[in-house]
This record gives sequence, structure tokens and C-alpha cells, in this order.
Amino acid sequence: MLHVENLQVKYGAIAALKGISISIERGKIVTLLGTNGAGKTTTLRTISGLVKASGGCVRFEGKDITNHPCHEIVALGIAQSPEGRMIFSNLTVKENLEMGAYLRKDKMEIQKDMDFAFSIFPRLKERLKQPGGTLSGGEQQMLAISRALMTRPRLLMLDEPSLGIAPILVKTIFEKVVEINRELGMTILLVEQNAHLALQIAHFAYVIETGHLAIQGNAADIARNEDVRRAYLGET
Amino acid sequence: MSELLQQVINGISLGSIYALIAIGYTMVYGVLRFINFAHGDVFMVGAFVGYYATPHIMPLVGGSLILAGPIVLLLAMIVCSILGVTIEKLAYKPLRFRPKLTILITAIGISLFLEFGGQLVFGPDPKSFPTLFLSTTLIDSQNLVLRTTPIVVIGTAIILMLLLRFIVMNTKLGTAMRAVSFNQQAASLMGININTVISFTFVLGSSLAAAGGILYGTLYPSINPLMGIFPGLKAFISAVLGGIGNIPGAALGGLIIGMTETFVTGYLSPTYRDAIAFGILILILLFKPSGILGRHEAEKV
Repeated sequence: MLHVENLQVKYGAIAALKGISISIERGKIVTLLGTNGAGKTTTLRTISGLVKASGGCVRFEGKDITNHPCHEIVALGIAQSPEGRMIFSNLTVKENLEMGAYLRKDKMEIQKDMDFAFSIFPRLKERLKQPGGTLSGGEQQMLAISRALMTRPRLLMLDEPSLGIAPILVKTIFEKVVEINRELGMTILLVEQNAHLALQIAHFAYVIETGHLAIQGNAADIARNEDVRRAYLGET
Repeated sequence: MSELLQQVINGISLGSIYALIAIGYTMVYGVLRFINFAHGDVFMVGAFVGYYATPHIMPLVGGSLILAGPIVLLLAMIVCSILGVTIEKLAYKPLRFRPKLTILITAIGISLFLEFGGQLVFGPDPKSFPTLFLSTTLIDSQNLVLRTTPIVVIGTAIILMLLLRFIVMNTKLGTAMRAVSFNQQAASLMGININTVISFTFVLGSSLAAAGGILYGTLYPSINPLMGIFPGLKAFISAVLGGIGNIPGAALGGLIIGMTETFVTGYLSPTYRDAIAFGILILILLFKPSGILGRHEAEKV
């Protein structure tokens, strides 16, 4: 469904991605692991068009989308829930969700998707009229994921959904990610620092190190990999 | 007592015009984070569209002021919208990812271009603005003269601001505008085309400035190509006073500056008329830079 080939990104003179290649199969949860600054977020941002690639290409459902404007990539069916959530604090929860459906005109389907979001995150429904900025970190994460779903994507990219969230909520959010994958058959690209949790729910995993692809494989195999255990799962 | 009432009416009329212009400054700032110093000159062009269009429109509507006013107003708003969007596309868009100072200096350049281009095209001499709206005297006593003009000015300004409020708060594009002003990247991720929203912001801002120009001409019927400078600066001060980026703040700031100016002229001396606005600017920058309704925004890293 998504093929990233030899993707390169430069921030000025610094090479952030030095040739990353990943493939994502329809209906799967794929996780992208790595330490801080390895290039996980840059990879997502380049796929979604927020960052321009200096080399390589991104193909989505057979179409070359490399360096297309962000809003066109959203229209093609790729949604990103960004790192740090980026909720519109000045907009109500409802307006945030409506912005997710900005490109859509199918009122009935929009309502259906909103109801689905409420079914997995009932708390959002209670907070519908509240400004996004008044939500807790966990609630904002729920809103960010729901807002991305409102674009009705075929590929959902989640950037660090566990970042800055109460540990008790992290587990809930990961359960919901699995639910979204199962219920909607949603293909998910998950970037996570919490490798432990990510490997539990993912089918396939890529590990990147300073802009290079280091290891790839089935999530279960990766979880058993000695090097990965030592480097990312905090085991000695 | 009636003199006070007179001053209040004058102050609100002038203030509502400042408010209309100030909203344009504040909206562009909200979305692009720079001060569009050419905005006051768009206001001037609005007045001149009124000046040149009225003789053509009048015969079409059989001299009816009920029709002529709104038609000329709408025409000026459309022309200035096109002007505003053109300025943005030609002058500001190519500089969007350059340092803010570059775009600010460009804005001053555009402002000078319109002022002196205006002198070339319209001629530097003042022109008398035609009567566009019903203008009769309702009350004429010793201390109080109430004409229909300020009522028309205030009424039109209120209608336009309510309309703006509806667009910003209740339409999809208006909500997108608020989203873009909060976080452009997140807005792009929703599929919002940032360029469309920026153009729309210039359409709204410039059309309100044009309306301001028409109303200003109606209130003070002598117009010239440099007429935008002072109202432009005072509207900018209004926007800062109310809290830059905050639309109700700009409207409130406009009213305060308009009232203050009128009261200073009436009770103190017309000499201080222009100085007072700048005095207010200095005070607000010293003591509450975020403005009356503005919230302190932490610098994003």
C-alpha cells in the first residue's frame, strides 16, 4: 500500500534521513522504532508532505506522492496524528473533529465517523463543546487520533501517541489503536519510543538509527532480537 | 449633557471605522504573523472606488440613495478584495519563508507604492466624496446636531462586523482560518490548503477596509491618496490595544481609540488629536503588550 524507497531528507547541511526504505501492507500495524533523533518523526512528516524529501520517493497505492503538498496527500488518504498532538486549543472539540472532515462533503458519513470516534473515546463526547486546550494530555491524544480518523484515511500515521500521557491512559490508547485497526481494517504506521508496547500490537517493525534502517522484521521476531532488547527494551 | 452625547456619537462613528480597518490588521497578523502596513492604503483605494463608481452607479439606480449606497459599498469591497489578494500573491507569498522583517519592509514598500501610485493615478489634490447615503438632519438644537450619517456609519459597521463574526465562528472556512492561525502544520494535516485560507483572510480584511473607506468618505467628505496613512496607523494601534490577533479586541480597540481621539479633540485641543493614539500605543507596549483581550502567548520553540 505504501512504499518508501531510499528516502533522503536534509535539514540544511545535516542529513536527517540517509536513505530509508519501508513497505506497509494493507490492514497491518507497522511500527517504526528508534531512539530520539533517529529520524522517525522526519520519516512520517516526509510521507505526509510537511517536510520535503531531497531524494528517494514515496509511493501510495501505486501513485508517486513524493513532495506533494500536504493537503493533497490528506485528500489521497493519508492522515497523520502529529507528535505533540497539535490540537487546535482555540477550537472546541467538535470543531477540531470538523476540521478533520474539512475536505469531506458527505454529512451522513461524517456523522457516522464522529459516532465511531465517540464509541472508542466516549470522553470526547462529554467534552464536545469545550475548547481543545482545556483537555488533559490523554484526552488531547484521543482527540488527535479521532481528528485524523475524521479525514477518513486509508493509512493512519500515529506519531508518539504515548508521549506525555499518564501511564494508565497509555495502555487504553494502545488498546484503541488495535481496535481501530480491527474494526475499520485501518492500516497504521506507528512511531513510538515505547518499543515494548509498540511491538506488542504491531505486525511488522522497522528500527532506524541516525537516519539509516538498522533492522526490520516481524514484530514478534524483533521483540526477541537480542540487539533490540538491549538497545530499545532496556534489558541488559 | 447634549454636548457629551454629541461627542459620544462622533466618537463611536470614528471608532467603528477604525474598528473595521483594525480587524484587517489583526486577522492578517493572526494567520501570517506580520503587520500588513499596506492595509491603510487599501482603505484609501476603497474610498476612491466609491468616488469614481458613484457617478456611474447613480443613473443606473435613478439616483436612489437607498440602492446606491449598498451597491457602491459592495463594489468597493469587491475591488479591494481583489487588490488585497493580488498584493498577497505578488508581494508577500514569495517571501513567506523569509525572515519576518523582510515581509514587513515589503509591506511598507507596497504602502508607499499605493500612496504615491495613487497620487499619480487619482491626482494629489483632495476630492470631494459624493453623497452616497441618506443624509438629513434629524435634530438640530443648540448643542446637538444629529444627522443620519453617523447612524448609517455605525449601523453599517455593526452589520459588517456581525457578518464577519458569523463567517469566522460558524462557517467551515472561518473555522479553518482559526485553525490556521493556531497551527499551520496541524491545519495542513487536516487537508486545509493554507494558501486558500490566507487569500480568504485578505478578502475579508480588505473588504472591511474598503467599507471603512466608503464610510470615512461619507463622514469626512474630502479624500486624497494619502488619507490612509493616519487612519491606518490608528487602526493598527487599535489592533495592538485590543490584543493583536484577536478580532473582538480589534473592534474594541478601534472604539476606544476613536472615542479617545474625539474627546481629546472636543475637550482638550485638536492639536493632541494624533498624538494621543501614539501615546496610548507607547503605554500599552510598556504595560500590557498583549493588549486588552489578547492572551500572553509563549514564544514557540
